Amino acid sequence: MHESTTPLSINLLIFLLSAFLGLGLIRRVSKLLHTPLMSLTNAISSVSVVAALIVMAEPKNKMIMIFATIAVALAATNVISGFMITERILRMFKKDHGGKTP
Amino acid sequence: MMGSLVSYLYVLSAVLFVFSLKWMSEVKTSRRGNWAGGAGMLIAVVATMIAYKTQHLDLVIIAMVVGTAIGIPIALKLPMTAVPQRTAMSHAFGSLAVALVGTAEYYQRLPEIDTFTMTVLAAEMILGYLTFTGSTIAFLKLQEMISGKPLIYKGRNIVSGLIVAIALGSAIGLIIAPTHPYFLPILVVAALLFGFLLVMGIGGADMPTVIAILNSYAGLSAAALGFVLDNQVLIVAGTLDGASGFILAILMCKAMNRSFASVLFGGFGATAAGQGAAVSGEIRPLSVEDAYIILEGASSVVFVPGYGLAVSQAQQAARELGEVLEKRGAEVSYGIHPVAGRMPGHMNVLLAEANVPYDQLIEAEQINAKMATTDVCVVIGANDVVNPAAQEDASSPLYGMPIIEVHKSRTVIVLKRSMRPGFAGVENPLFFKNNTRMLFGDAKATLQALVAEFAEK
Repeated sequence: MHESTTPLSINLLIFLLSAFLGLGLIRRVSKLLHTPLMSLTNAISSVSVVAALIVMAEPKNKMIMIFATIAVALAATNVISGFMITERILRMFKKDHGGKTP
Repeated sequence: MMGSLVSYLYVLSAVLFVFSLKWMSEVKTSRRGNWAGGAGMLIAVVATMIAYKTQHLDLVIIAMVVGTAIGIPIALKLPMTAVPQRTAMSHAFGSLAVALVGTAEYYQRLPEIDTFTMTVLAAEMILGYLTFTGSTIAFLKLQEMISGKPLIYKGRNIVSGLIVAIALGSAIGLIIAPTHPYFLPILVVAALLFGFLLVMGIGGADMPTVIAILNSYAGLSAAALGFVLDNQVLIVAGTLDGASGFILAILMCKAMNRSFASVLFGGFGATAAGQGAAVSGEIRPLSVEDAYIILEGASSVVFVPGYGLAVSQAQQAARELGEVLEKRGAEVSYGIHPVAGRMPGHMNVLLAEANVPYDQLIEAEQINAKMATTDVCVVIGANDVVNPAAQEDASSPLYGMPIIEVHKSRTVIVLKRSMRPGFAGVENPLFFKNNTRMLFGDAKATLQALVAEFAEK
């Protein structure tokens, strides 16, 4: 099982650094791409599938198992549709009429 | 943490997520960014399955197959006009997943939950459940399965405040007495109810902001879960998502000259309507033939799309007209206001789908710099984002909002279904300006008629 071996301070540091990094990175994203950005970050945050898998490893009872299974299905839906939709949208952005993709 | 190989896989996964967002900054590298994100996800999932050998591999596989079976058709079949709905739906799915895992983890850990873990879990569940109902309502509104009008009633903020108090109260209860059987169900119900009321009170034009805020919540709740499970890849990915939603929400608010609070608690449509100076003057309607003559003589044309473009599916027709004008030697571009449409970047995606080259899609500030030398602006289903009252009328509720200054061009042709005011319920003095001509009718049909005019002559 997962006894918390990482000190809270380290996790907080990771959180804060990710936050600053995220704010810096997103600010630079072209306004053109805000919609695919949203579908991409959506897919990425569905890494919560990992959390569901961890809980599913050794569930104490049936209800916990059912909740985690539903969560895996929901997150998997987001992962698959998120990355695929982003790809579909990005393929549409072309530099000239009907021509080459970037 | 778990075995060292798995830890390094998590590091790799987190780095890929960061590069994914970095490459997303420009069109050229954006697809690489998407693939990096996908690779990061795959690595994270594989690493987790190695580290935590599940007793229920069959269930995991079934759940993943079901998710894939739902996800693929959505991704392949979804029309681009429905991307805002899809986004709202995926926020609902993602936040429900996180909320369910949080709830499961709560029961898993009973009866011993330390104060810190319980605090984070409570925050995570409140965010998760309220984002779930909020996003579901956003989806229903965008899909037009329920009315897009904000639900306003007396004492709305008192009711909302009461529900928040109940949610926070039960959270504090849980932190003090984690084993108490009633606090969790109360917390869940209050959070669900709050999310429902929050988005019921929001109108269509505020959707871009609301979607961005919900995006942020969904990410933050995933990050909170990372703290509870001591899983760093979750913290990183959730935080990046949270940051993204936050920045987008700020940009949307700026583009509307409004604050977070006024979007969430204002009920814009109802409170703002009827204010602002009365507008009077003469409307100058135009026939398709006359519009043809104006466009034929233009050497620079700017199209300004709004939500009406999406409603009448006029993006292809707009691109066709743009191409015809370009072939005749005119300089053609598209002025994109950040809040045109129902989610950030909505117009760009629709026009890109219609094969408009992305270097013709110009942001508001840059297009405004060219307005004085632009011959014709064609406004397609946009209203508030081109309303000059935002600059000229200090009593207007739109005053101060950055707009696309179409009124500064030589001639403005407004494609509009009728004289109804825009979402904000504010009269648009643009329609009465001397250089404005109104072309009534369905945007798509009108644009097609114009293309036909050009083909004939």
